[in-house]
Amino acid sequence: MSLDVNGVIYETDEEGYLANLNDWTMSIAKAQADKDGAELEDAHWEVIHFLREYYNEYQISPAVRILTKAIGKRLGSDKGNSKYLYELFPHGPAKQACKYAGLPKPTGCI
Amino acid sequence: MSVSKSFVCINRKAPYGTIYALEALEVVLIAGAFEQQVKLIFMDDGVYQLTRNQNPAGIGMKNFSKTFGALSDYDVDQIFVDSESLNLRGLDATDLQRLTHETNDAEERLSIKVVPRKELVDIIESADVLFNF
Amino acid sequence: MATLHTVNKSPFERNSLETCLSLCRFDASVLLIEDAVVGALQNTLISKQISEAVESGIRVFALNEDLEARGLPLSRLIEGITIVDYAGFVDLAAQNSKVQSWL
Repeated sequence: MSLDVNGVIYETDEEGYLANLNDWTMSIAKAQADKDGAELEDAHWEVIHFLREYYNEYQISPAVRILTKAIGKRLGSDKGNSKYLYELFPHGPAKQACKYAGLPKPTGCI
Repeated sequence: MSVSKSFVCINRKAPYGTIYALEALEVVLIAGAFEQQVKLIFMDDGVYQLTRNQNPAGIGMKNFSKTFGALSDYDVDQIFVDSESLNLRGLDATDLQRLTHETNDAEERLSIKVVPRKELVDIIESADVLFNF
Repeated sequence: MATLHTVNKSPFERNSLETCLSLCRFDASVLLIEDAVVGALQNTLISKQISEAVESGIRVFALNEDLEARGLPLSRLIEGITIVDYAGFVDLAAQNSKVQSWL
């Protein structure tokens, strides 16, 4: 599968996850969100950038429970809870946000 | 209702030459994500998985040694390394990564313990489930 | 013409390096690659045998990319072991009449 962003074609897997991590740009994230009918605001970007930094440091996309805990630790407990994250990413915070962040599907995600 | 079991994962293979080390890490992350109690043992050539300064860019592989740093987020913070295996390979504790976790009262603790081989017996016996890689 | 021997398994898990060393002619070269590079460190179960091979005139090499991948300290390699990169591997293969891979 692939994704067309302003005429440039990017390779993705069958679920729309970007094949090459280094291809990622904010425009790609926006195009992926568009496809899902979602709009990305500052709060979404904060989580997306958090995930990219997490991946850069540890080479993994964290599972949802871990993401929630890690966000609570680093961005505050008002954000480190499932209610806040599910409101931002109703398809599952780890799954959906990782997709927009250009990362692989989280480990332990069934 | 969730059931929590005690898992011990025994790692005895060097990284990169075979897929065992990476597969073990995947299993541990999944167990951790599902809130199971997981302890890790590194012995024999498995001790090479924990060395500092790994850089597999030249052999075209992902540096999964960085992922050990995320284990504390998965509440995997009991990592036992067989001291005999280190000695026989010309290594000691200072050659290994410094992995830490926080206790409930926010105190930083080391996650890796180098122990004599005979102490591994009790750790293995304490497990409900054993994973071998 | 001489033979290049490559070994790719850890000497602490299999005996391929030991077998290799026992069957090397005086003019042979031995190249440690993949997991076998762990045998290049000093003070291990195999280091004495490697040092003896080096003293007998056998040339012993270790592949840099595999050493780096495993974070092995280059400052603590057995004396007499030469580090080569992939290009050096190709040179060794070309300089020798044949390659014997100990798996």
